[in-house]
Amino acid sequence: MDDIEMKVMETITQLNEEENLDIDFPESYIDDLSKAYVGKDLSDDELKELIRKLKQAYDRAHVEAGEAVGTVAAQSVGEPGTQMTMRTFHYAGVTELNVTLGLPRLIEIVDARKDIATPTMDIYFDEERRNDEEFVRTLANQIGKSTINDILKDFNLNYGTMEVEAVLDSKKIEEKRLDREEINAVIEKTFKKSIINGDELIISSAKSDKSESKFEIRELRLLADKVRDLQISGIKGIGKVIIRKDDKEWIIHTEGSNLKEILDMDGIDHVRTTTNNIHEIGEVLGIEAARQSIINEAQNTLSEQGLSVDVRHIMLVADIMTSEGHVKSIGRHGISGEKSSVLARAAFEETGKHLLNASIRGEVDDLTGIIENIIIGQPIPLGTGSVGVKMDYKKE
Amino acid sequence: MLAKKINAKLKRAYYYFGFNEVVSYDEVMEHANLLKSLPNDESLAAKINGYADDIEAFFKNDDEKKADSEFSADFAKDEPRKSWEHYTENFPEDIFEGGLEPVDDELEEATEIEPVVDDDELDDASEIASVEEDDLEDVGEIEAIDEEDIGEIEAVDDEDGEIEIVEIEEEEPVVPAPPIQPKPNKTKIYLNGELKGYCDDPVNFTREMREKRRSGGISHEMNITYYEDNDEIYIFNDPGRARRPLIIVENGAPLLKDEHLNKIANGKLKWDDLIDGGLIEYLDAEEEENSYIAMNLADLNEDHTHLEIDPATMLGICAGIIPFSDHNSSPRNTMEAGMTKQALGLYVSNYALRTDTRAHLLHHPQTPIVKTRIIDSTNYDLRPSGQNFVVALMSYEGYNMEDAMVINKGSLERGLARSSFFRAYDTSEKRYAGGQVDKFEVPDKNIKGYRSEEAYRNLDEDGVVNPESYVESGDVLIGKTSPPRFLEETGFGTVADKRRETSVTVRHGEKGIVDAVLLSETVEGSRLAKIRVRDTRQPEFGDKFASRHGQKGVVGLILSPEDVPFTEFGVVPDLIVNPHAIPSRMSIGQVLEMVAGKAGCLEGERVDATPFNQTLEDEIKQQLINNGFESAGCESLYSGVTGERIDAEIFVGVAYYQKLHHMTTDKVYARSRGPVQVLTRQPTEGRAREGGLRFGEMERDCLIAHGAALTLKERLLDESDKYQAIVCDNCGMLAVFDKNKNKKYCPICGDVETYPVEISYAFKLLLDELKSLCIFPKLELGDKA
Repeated sequence: MDDIEMKVMETITQLNEEENLDIDFPESYIDDLSKAYVGKDLSDDELKELIRKLKQAYDRAHVEAGEAVGTVAAQSVGEPGTQMTMRTFHYAGVTELNVTLGLPRLIEIVDARKDIATPTMDIYFDEERRNDEEFVRTLANQIGKSTINDILKDFNLNYGTMEVEAVLDSKKIEEKRLDREEINAVIEKTFKKSIINGDELIISSAKSDKSESKFEIRELRLLADKVRDLQISGIKGIGKVIIRKDDKEWIIHTEGSNLKEILDMDGIDHVRTTTNNIHEIGEVLGIEAARQSIINEAQNTLSEQGLSVDVRHIMLVADIMTSEGHVKSIGRHGISGEKSSVLARAAFEETGKHLLNASIRGEVDDLTGIIENIIIGQPIPLGTGSVGVKMDYKKE
Repeated sequence: MLAKKINAKLKRAYYYFGFNEVVSYDEVMEHANLLKSLPNDESLAAKINGYADDIEAFFKNDDEKKADSEFSADFAKDEPRKSWEHYTENFPEDIFEGGLEPVDDELEEATEIEPVVDDDELDDASEIASVEEDDLEDVGEIEAIDEEDIGEIEAVDDEDGEIEIVEIEEEEPVVPAPPIQPKPNKTKIYLNGELKGYCDDPVNFTREMREKRRSGGISHEMNITYYEDNDEIYIFNDPGRARRPLIIVENGAPLLKDEHLNKIANGKLKWDDLIDGGLIEYLDAEEEENSYIAMNLADLNEDHTHLEIDPATMLGICAGIIPFSDHNSSPRNTMEAGMTKQALGLYVSNYALRTDTRAHLLHHPQTPIVKTRIIDSTNYDLRPSGQNFVVALMSYEGYNMEDAMVINKGSLERGLARSSFFRAYDTSEKRYAGGQVDKFEVPDKNIKGYRSEEAYRNLDEDGVVNPESYVESGDVLIGKTSPPRFLEETGFGTVADKRRETSVTVRHGEKGIVDAVLLSETVEGSRLAKIRVRDTRQPEFGDKFASRHGQKGVVGLILSPEDVPFTEFGVVPDLIVNPHAIPSRMSIGQVLEMVAGKAGCLEGERVDATPFNQTLEDEIKQQLINNGFESAGCESLYSGVTGERIDAEIFVGVAYYQKLHHMTTDKVYARSRGPVQVLTRQPTEGRAREGGLRFGEMERDCLIAHGAALTLKERLLDESDKYQAIVCDNCGMLAVFDKNKNKKYCPICGDVETYPVEISYAFKLLLDELKSLCIFPKLELGDKA
């Protein structure tokens, strides 16, 4: 294919020179042109004509200078937004996994919230292991949070000896693919006075000697809770894990997210594995990934509600949110609060604060934006207002 | 003589302290001391002291005490006070000077201080205010009848947890109840929402309470509910609950037996007897939760607690008016229940004597041919709110698309759906401090705020319009002048010159004929004039009508009678409704009403269409056939324009239509130029103020999105609050134009170069406000790009 692509590129450069065109197609167009060139068996002249036509169509599809893309994007997202149901929780597709959807989620994305309500991950596996159920289950148990409670067979409080007596369930341990040694190590590390005898555990409180009656029943109960809630496996930040067989492969959904550590594990598909935490993506994979994540999340949220918004509107939002190298929110603490014009900021929120600070610093408003010009009563520098007349000095 | 003098003095003194009769010295002094502490005006304090001294002297001096008998009789006769002047005529002038007025009148005076400028534009707001006042009165009345014979239930919880219900004697002084100790594991009892006590056996408690209610032990207005899931008992006996009667069922059999029904038929039993006898009881919404109500006798089983008297009794007045409402979809019934309240009709029978601020009256109300039993029992027929229209269900040249309807002009001219609108205006000759009063008169030409002579043309000599004169908006109904607002030096010149014109005029956009003129007196005794203006409203384009099935629409065409399609018999419909209004809304009740109405007309009798009753379908069909009509109600219609037969069979029937009080005349509005607000110089808001239609934020966004920069500027600046400001080139602040010297200058820099700049007045205001906040906004001017 490379030769053909080269050929197409050459033709374009040729056309640019010969006919003084300014063709600069994106890669995908070159790809399509090459396919058409081979598939339709075009002659060179026909290819040229095709490129010319494509150039025309491409130019026509361009947004014209002075178009209010921001306002149009805002309206295009805002109008369907009014139709969104306010229902917050919804169980989408995956059983038991609760994900914030709808308007609350959209607000979350646009506000660039650091702590999102329901972080989740979708973990995919590389080609060799995506059908290896055993491997996936092991990994899931490594990732997912398990506590002693999950592997108990029997659990008793011995009020006579003031000890917690527990019996572990080997079957469950096996099912969860947990390492016995590791569990024992964790238990021993956490509870100083513990006796491990095969499946049986006897734990007593570390701080006091039970011979004295100081050690109360309440404390024993607290100890019991501690024992039950002791985490024996899992990655920080990840709670419940759900394993699901897709059409062809095994996928893990998680409650909670820790992209960095998951990507460090073996057998993970680094390309498709993702999280819904935009900030995390920004930190681990960079700002471009965060931008794409905003687009994906916003569009999924909208389409889940049966609303279709052109991606380009969302792309614009994502572009603006990420244009400075970190994820910024739309609103008071982000885009709207950082506008260069005092008047525009004061017109949005916290009027007093902005006016006061501007007066302290002696800020100058150069009246380049829309809002400022509306306030002072000038034609806005957009659309028909974006053009002016300039004197041609050459002609006397 | 001396005694008389003393008496007069004492009387004055007593009156000053707010007593109508002779009371003990101590009481008077207490009051005097209280008053002394109030004003900080020395002269006033001295006066109070003086009066107090008089009284003291009176009581101390035994010789003078004989005067007592003579004068106290004057007060002690227990006569109602005649008038204000009666007591004050002998008073020295100075008694009302200063801030303190006679205590009695103080409140009244305070409320009427200075009549605020008549802002007739804010009509809705002022009306709401008046309604609220009425409401307050109502509330007061309700409170007065509040205490029922049930008394107050107090739950006394003694050691073994038994509940005793103690009737508190009415005379017993109210002692603040001790806080109730929370008792877990016991059922809480709430009386009218307030925690009153606890009980151990909620089921038996509620049962006993109900038995007592049925046996007459407690008022039948008490309702009790036990909520098992949160283990709480709610008892209600307060006013304002919606309750409805049901037949009590015991062991699967209604207590109301045939014998009772016979007695009722013979007049031996009355409704109240049924309630007193415990056969029927009223349940509120809460207690309904505890009951299992059978719809029909046939449905009854052992578990039922109640039986509906008739399934239709679950409907209220509004929903009960709908015939065949069991054939309608529920949203349509809900809508109709709301809309029927907006229907014009005979709203009261003494309307000719009333001066409601606004009132509508339907000219020829008719009783509905298709009625319900609820209509009978609510006496709807005595004050109906609609008319029986002959309705054809067909489209007509697109003039009845989207719920519009075509109405027959011939019918309108014969008085169909014609109504009158009454609006009452009133004003009184108010009194002001300093003896100034308003005066009803035809204002003099040189009075402040004089309108055109034209505006006063309907006034009689006394300054009030004559009945039956035609008036339009702006015409004066009551000519009135008020004293100047601020008392200026009155040493020279005539005061009359400075009087203001405060006449009452016909509202903006309204017209009519003066229906009644009422001259009366206010509580204070000043002259009061009320004027009622009447306006006949023949239906016009855009007037709203509705059937009784939530089928509302507006008039889209008033069709000349000769163009209206007619039937084989020459019947011409009054109304043409579009058939698209029916299927998606599923208001089958309307279809049935039309057929039933048609049959009723032909038979000459009214049809009972109470919901949840056996079907009348076959009977109606037979009646139509007997009269030579098709059973489905369809007929062949002939075009009124061409006389050709219309291919399709048209469904024609008689339905009861209501004219709703949303009428075009009250709403049409447009503005090109008009008044602006003083502060912002932007157009005013609202029809009554001849305001503009707001070009809001979202509309603004649309113009931005279209890139229509100059259209946007036109809307927001040129057609709103455009202002030409002069800016100092030196300091950037707004400069000033001195009209006398015809010179522009900067208040800071003096005589410097200035430039005119086109800005919005709101922006100028912003600059001013910034300056007032000690922020210095500079405008740096540049050439236009």
